Amino acid sequence: MARNLFNKVWDLHKVASLSETHDQLFIGLHLVHEVTSPQAFAALKERGLRVKYPQCTVATVDHIVPTQSQMIRPYRDGLAEEMLQALEESTREFGIRFFGLDSERQGIVHIIGPENGLTQPGMTIACGDSHTSTHGAFGAIAFGIGTSQVRDVLATQTMALERLRVRRIEVTGKRGPGVFAKDIILKIIAELGVKGGIGYAYEYGGEVLSALSMEERMTICNMSIEGGARAGYVNPDETTFNYLEGKPFAPPPERFSDMKKFWQSMASDLDCPYDDSYHLDISSLAPMVTWGITPGQAIEVDKPLPRLAEMSESDKEIGAKAYEHTGFSEGAMLLGRPIDVAFIGSCTNGRISDLRSAAAVIQGRRVKNGVQALVVPGSRQVKMQAEAEGLDTIFTEAGFQWREAGCSMCLAMNPDKLQGNQICASSSNRNFIGRQGSAKGRTLLMSPAMVAAAALEGAVADVRTLL
Amino acid sequence: MTSNGARINHIAGTAVPVIGNDIDTDRIIPARFLRCVTFEGLGEQVFRDERFDEQDNPVDHPLNDPRFSGASILIVNANFGCGSSREHAPQAIMRYGIRAIIGESFAEIFAGNCLSLGIPTFTADQATVRDLQTRITNHPDTVLYLDIEQLTATMGTTTVTLAMSKTTQSALVSGTWDSLEQLLANEAAIDAVYDRIPYLGG
Repeated sequence: MARNLFNKVWDLHKVASLSETHDQLFIGLHLVHEVTSPQAFAALKERGLRVKYPQCTVATVDHIVPTQSQMIRPYRDGLAEEMLQALEESTREFGIRFFGLDSERQGIVHIIGPENGLTQPGMTIACGDSHTSTHGAFGAIAFGIGTSQVRDVLATQTMALERLRVRRIEVTGKRGPGVFAKDIILKIIAELGVKGGIGYAYEYGGEVLSALSMEERMTICNMSIEGGARAGYVNPDETTFNYLEGKPFAPPPERFSDMKKFWQSMASDLDCPYDDSYHLDISSLAPMVTWGITPGQAIEVDKPLPRLAEMSESDKEIGAKAYEHTGFSEGAMLLGRPIDVAFIGSCTNGRISDLRSAAAVIQGRRVKNGVQALVVPGSRQVKMQAEAEGLDTIFTEAGFQWREAGCSMCLAMNPDKLQGNQICASSSNRNFIGRQGSAKGRTLLMSPAMVAAAALEGAVADVRTLL
Repeated sequence: MTSNGARINHIAGTAVPVIGNDIDTDRIIPARFLRCVTFEGLGEQVFRDERFDEQDNPVDHPLNDPRFSGASILIVNANFGCGSSREHAPQAIMRYGIRAIIGESFAEIFAGNCLSLGIPTFTADQATVRDLQTRITNHPDTVLYLDIEQLTATMGTTTVTLAMSKTTQSALVSGTWDSLEQLLANEAAIDAVYDRIPYLGG
């Protein structure tokens, strides 16, 4: 019987049925970082358990690292220092590969997995971070998990999970100038809602997805969780295989063609069934911006803000709360609304192609006076590549700060935070209340090129006028 | 079946409503409190920025309302616990004293994290949940008896029907909500799967 990729990968990795609806699933790659793992390692130590397959486990440090003077230890933030030390000790004790501060491979966990070739098609991947869905761009099934499950995966390389249903999301049409992967996923979430994906994995496909680069596919899969879908994926194709070839942890040349056959065999069969489907035509899509406190509260930048009276009952309450928090007015335009901070980075949009798209807008122009603008590369590899291309110079000459790799102002666990009720044009993934480190702070999510445009104008801008 | 926790068949106690759709885990426990290597002390910080202003003065919030003090059942609306996978969120809720949550719907990772901690997540339709929230607001001393096998909530002579995922229900009543023992017991099968996976041992 024809099967989709999700079910093929699930069946290959299924260890046992734990109950009528609960399976034990083998996890082929476990990515670990400093925030959600300390209690899991402590639980293993307490019970005298080992890490079952250390060779399937890779750790890095990303959430709490400062993006200035990153190498200077101990950190001024004693709690951050304690977390980093805990991970350094645990990875040493349990024999886990660790891309720490002394490694050129350090960076945001969802950026370093793909760029090092660790993330491959047909895999199951887990990480104590909801944006693990990113890795689905390769045709892997990747789950964000909590700390108890991190413990389970460390101790057994498996976890207990209910099989998800699969919704096929077909994206067609011609992409207009200034429209990026971020705009496509923000549109999908706005249409299907932030809870529309509960119980589903999203399979993204169609002519638009086929034409996207791997980095663009990662941006889309990354934000699946913002639509409520725990996993999102794209079937592997030649774009995927070409990306992987030659990556440090990808299969070596003598095994590559065998692995490619396996990868191709895991792709969804042509006539396979799906539990649901959705079609989006992006031919008339404009750049998207969020206006509220959930990633689903997004509009095309040239449209007025929605009116509460026109919202569905379930959206009205959170809509009203959003207007109360942001101070924006129904029916007004976001275009021209002044911003205080511009942030380019995160696991959603901190890759080299993201920095290139922002630099193309910025080149030869200046950040508006009074705007704090920063670029935080997603990894050391991204940073080095950008510097080799001279992007850092473009950014700094325009008035951007050029920082070191980490999660930074996406969730403000390090010193990079909004102050008071500042408005931030951000290439990150969440506009939740307080997300960027200030309880009154306001986040407008958009593509890196749109953040660049906002930094130059000092206000929400339409990047299409700057291309 | 290997059991690794108490069987959880029912929860009884008073309740507290926290109203609103799409309450994310950043709101439940702001990221600055994730700078820790244990979960201890998180109970005091639950909903911190919703309960206190920037000068640390308490603001109007059900968890600051003495009428609801001692509540062990949280009643919420749709998509509760969306966003970050941080288990710190259910840990903070549990350490505050909550033993069960009733809501219109839950984000999936959050519900899974609750199960790992033995916190039942019941669902009910919007009308039922809102009615419960109103009842509790009007009569905060109401004691709810939540039956996990029957999937009911009883208050005095009134009983309402609730729902729960089959997976959650069976894990709670069989005492296997902490999955580690069950997973460890299948070691041979785990090794067999490792050996058949083409990118690993296969």
